[in-house]
Amino acid sequence: MAKILEKRLIRQPDVFYYKIAAPLISRKARPGQFIILRLHEKGERIPLSLADIDPREGTISLIVMAVGKTTHELSQCSAGDNIRDLCGPLGMATHIENLGHVVLVGGGFGAAPLYPIARSFRDEGNRVTVIMGARSRDLLIYEQEMEQVADRVVVTTDDGSKGLKGRVTDALSMELSSGKVDLVLAVGPAIMMRSVSEVTRGTGVRTIVSLNPIMVDGTGMCGGCRVMVGGETKFACVDGPEFDGHLVDWESLMNRQKTYVAEERESFESWKSRHERMLGKNNAPVCE
Amino acid sequence: MKETQVKEQKQGKKIIPSKTPAPEQDPDSRKHNFDEVTRCYTEEQALRESERCLNCRNPQCVEGCPVRVPIPRFISALKQGNFKQALDIIKEASLLPAVCGRVCPQEKQCEARCALGKKFEPVAIGRLERFAADWVMEHDLASPPPVLPPTGRTVAVIGSGPAGLACAYELSKLGHQVTIYEAFHEPGGVLLYGIPEFRLPKRIVAREIELLRAMGVVIETNVVVGKLITVDEIMAQFDACFIGTGAGTPKFMCVPGENLNGVYSANEFLTRINFMRSHSFPVYDTPIRKGTRIAVIGGGNVAMDAVRTALRLGAEDAVIVYRRSLEDMPARGEEIVHAQEEGVRFEVLTDLVRIIGESGSVREIECVRMEQGPADASGRRRSVPVPGSEFRLPVDMVIMAIGTNVNPLVPQSTADLQVTTWGYIVADEKTGATNKLGVFAGGDIVTGAATVISAMGAGSKAANAIHAYLIRKKQI
Ligand SMILES: Cc1cc2nc3c(=O)[nH]c(=O)nc-3n(C[C@H](O)[C@H](O)[C@H](O)COP(=O)(O)OP(=O)(O)OC[C@H]3O[C@@H](n4cnc5c(N)ncnc54)[C@H](O)[C@@H]3O)c2cc1C
Ligand SMILES: Cc1cc2nc3c(=O)[nH]c(=O)nc-3n(C[C@H](O)[C@H](O)[C@H](O)COP(=O)(O)OP(=O)(O)OC[C@H]3O[C@@H](n4cnc5c(N)ncnc54)[C@H](O)[C@@H]3O)c2cc1C
Ligand code: SF4
Ligand code: FES
Repeated sequence: MAKILEKRLIRQPDVFYYKIAAPLISRKARPGQFIILRLHEKGERIPLSLADIDPREGTISLIVMAVGKTTHELSQCSAGDNIRDLCGPLGMATHIENLGHVVLVGGGFGAAPLYPIARSFRDEGNRVTVIMGARSRDLLIYEQEMEQVADRVVVTTDDGSKGLKGRVTDALSMELSSGKVDLVLAVGPAIMMRSVSEVTRGTGVRTIVSLNPIMVDGTGMCGGCRVMVGGETKFACVDGPEFDGHLVDWESLMNRQKTYVAEERESFESWKSRHERMLGKNNAPVCE
Repeated sequence: MKETQVKEQKQGKKIIPSKTPAPEQDPDSRKHNFDEVTRCYTEEQALRESERCLNCRNPQCVEGCPVRVPIPRFISALKQGNFKQALDIIKEASLLPAVCGRVCPQEKQCEARCALGKKFEPVAIGRLERFAADWVMEHDLASPPPVLPPTGRTVAVIGSGPAGLACAYELSKLGHQVTIYEAFHEPGGVLLYGIPEFRLPKRIVAREIELLRAMGVVIETNVVVGKLITVDEIMAQFDACFIGTGAGTPKFMCVPGENLNGVYSANEFLTRINFMRSHSFPVYDTPIRKGTRIAVIGGGNVAMDAVRTALRLGAEDAVIVYRRSLEDMPARGEEIVHAQEEGVRFEVLTDLVRIIGESGSVREIECVRMEQGPADASGRRRSVPVPGSEFRLPVDMVIMAIGTNVNPLVPQSTADLQVTTWGYIVADEKTGATNKLGVFAGGDIVTGAATVISAMGAGSKAANAIHAYLIRKKQI
C-alpha cells in the first residue's frame, strides 16, 4: 500500500498530479523508469512514468491523464487515500551522459516524464532544449516546471495560441537546421514519436523514444508489451521502454495499442454509469 | 512379477486390474466452467484403491518420486483408515501434497515404476495423495507444524513459487526468520498465475500461504528483486538468501504475423485469466480477447492449460498444433486425455509457418506437416517439414506455448553470480549453493522449466543447506 500525499488538477479537466509516499522506490528510481499500480482487488495493473523522484522526501510523483476506467478511478482518489499495489521502479533508466546539446520533445502527458530526464541531462553538463507541444495553450502542462530544469523551452501549439504555431516536429526541424544537436529524446503518443523519428532519420542524430505498449506484469514475464525493434522482438518493460526511434516498427506498436479498444470503452462506460448513479448518494472512494 | 504372484496367493485375493476411477465433471458441462475437473476420491474409493497396493518390500515407486515420498507407508495408513496419519507421512517428504497430488506427472514418476504397472494399471498414487490432503483439509485438521525457537537468523527468499514456498517453510520450521520477496501483487508463482483453477483451485494455494504466514513468514509483494533491491543489498541485510524466481520469460517463434492482435504468449493469456480474472471482465478490470476459433502452438502442460482455458472462455473450435507426435508430448497424460474429451483437436506432426492477419488481427494460420527422421544422438527423433504440405486453418486467436527463457532480472543485477550459457543460475544439485557465499538457488531458475515437485524439492534441499550454513556461520 502506498499513500497519496498530494493531488492536484494541473490541466482542466482531466490531468492530475499525484505525489505518493514510496521511500524504497524513490531511493532506487531513475529518470525514464516507470511504476505499475493497481487500485483495488478487481483492478487492472497500469504502467505510469515517473514524473519526479525525491529520495530525500521518500516520494515519487506521477502525472496522469484520465482516459479510461482505471485512470478515472485514480482521479477520484484524494490525498490520504492508499493505492493498493505499487510496484517499481520498472524498465531501464534513460542513459544519461554528457553529449553536448540534447533536445527533449514532449507531447501530451509526455512532458511529465521529461522533467526528471531534463534535470539529469543538465546536471551531467548538457545544454538542454525542451520542445513541448499541444493543440492549444490550455492543454500545455508542466511548462513552468520545465523552465527550471531546461536551458530553453520551446512551446508549440496547433492553433498558435501560444509559442510557435505548428507541431513539435516543426520546432525540431528548426532546431536541427539552426545548430548542432547531439541527441533527440521524445516521449508522448506513438504517432508523435514516429513523426519525430521521421524528422531526424537520415540526419545522423541519435533519436530515443519511450514506448508505451499495453503491459501486464512489467517484469518480462508475459510478453504482452513486445515491440519490434530493428527486426527483433523486444519486451518494452524490461528491454525498454526507451528504444532507437529509427528502428521501431511503429505500425505494429500502434496496432497493438488498439487490442482492447472495445473492451476499454465497455469498461469505462459501465464504470461511468455506476459512478454517476453513486454520485450524490455516497461518494465511496475507490482507493483503499 | 513373481513377488506379485506370491502375494496374491498369500492373501488369497485377486488384484483389481485397473485404477479406481476418480469422479470427474462431465466433459460437456465442464468445458463451460472453471470448476475443478477431477473430483476427490470418496473414503470408500480411497480405501478400495489403497487395497490395490502390494506394499512392496523394495518399492520402486519411491525411487521414481523426485522427493522420495514414502509411498507404501502412507498407503498403508490409508488402508487402516488413518487418513491424517497418511498425510503426516507424505509431509515428511513433500510440503505441498494437495498441489502435487493434482499436478505431478505421476505417470512418468512414481506410477511409472509401480510393480503393479507391469501387468495392470499402476496404483493411483496421485489420487491417493490428493485424497489424504483434501480429506485433512476438509476436516480442518491441518495445523501449522511445530516451529523451533527463534534462532535470530534471517533469510530472504526471492520468489514465491513452489521452490520459494518450500524453502521458506523448512527454514521457518527450523526457527529462522524468513522474508519472501515477490514481484507480483500476490504470492504463489506459477501455481497462481499459470496453472488454471479447473486443475488447481486457488483456495488450495491460498491455504498453503496462510499456513506460512501463521508460522511467522513475512511476505513482501510488489518487490521486484533486481530493480527495487538487489541480491547484494539483500545479503547486507540478511544472513542468507534463496533465489527461486522461476523460468519466466516466454519464447516466441519469430514467424511473420506474431505481433498481430490476438496472438498471445501462454503466459500472458493465462495470467490475464488466472491472476487478473479477465474472464469476469468487466467486473474485473483487465480485458482479454475471446477467440471463437483458436490455435495453441505447443504440446506441454502449458499448451493444454491454454487450450482448455480458451474453450472455457467460449471458443467453438480449439486446436493444438504440435510439431512432434502425440507420444512425444511432454504434457501430463491426464491433461491430454481431458483435452481430447473436451473436444480439443490435435494437429500433431505439424508446425506453424506464419500467422496471417486482417485489419491488424489474426485471421488464419499457415502450417506445414512434419515427418520424423531417425533418432538423433539424444534419442529424440527430429521432425522435418514435408515440402509442399502447407495448409491453412482459419483462426482468430493464436496462443504460443513453446517454452520459456530465463528471466534475466536477478542474474543480471547480481555482480559475479555464475550462470550458464543460457542464463540459468549455476547451483549445486545437492545444496542449491551458488558461487556466492550465502546465496542459494533452486527451481526453474536453475533447471529451466521443470515441475512443481522438482522445484519444491530444490527449495527444501536448499533450506537444509542454508540451515547448515547458518549454524557454521554462527560457530565461526
Ligand atoms: C511505460 C508507460 C508509461 C506510461 N506513462 C504514463 C504517464 O506518465 N501518464 C499517463 O497518463 N499515462 C501513462 N501511460 C499510459 C497509461 O498506462 C494508460 O493511459 C492507462 O493504462 C489507461 O488505463 P485506463 O483503464 O484508464 O484506460 P483504458 O480505457 O484501459 O485505456 C486507454 C488507453 O490506454 C492504453 N492502455 C490501457 N491499458 C493499458 C496498460 N495496461 N498498459 C499500457 N497502456 C494501456 C490503451 O492503449 C488505451 O489507448 C504509460 C504507459 C506506458 C506503457
Ligand atoms: C501453465 C503452466 C502449467 C504447468 N503445469 C504443471 C503441471 O501440471 N505439473 C507440474 O509439475 N508442473 C507444471 N508446470 C511447471 C511448474 O509450475 C514450474 O516448474 C514450477 O512452478 C517452478 O517453480 P519455481 O518456484 O521455480 O518458479 P515459479 O513458480 O515460476 O515462481 C517464481 C516466482 O518468482 C517471482 N519472481 C520472478 N522474478 C522475480 C524478481 N525479480 N523479484 C521477485 N520475485 C520474482 C515470480 O513472480 C513467481 O512468483 C506448469 C507451468 C505452467 C506455466
Ligand atoms: S504403489 Fe506400487 S510400487 Fe509402490 S508399494 Fe504400492 S504396489 Fe509397490
Ligand atoms: S509487461 Fe509483461 S513482459 Fe512486459
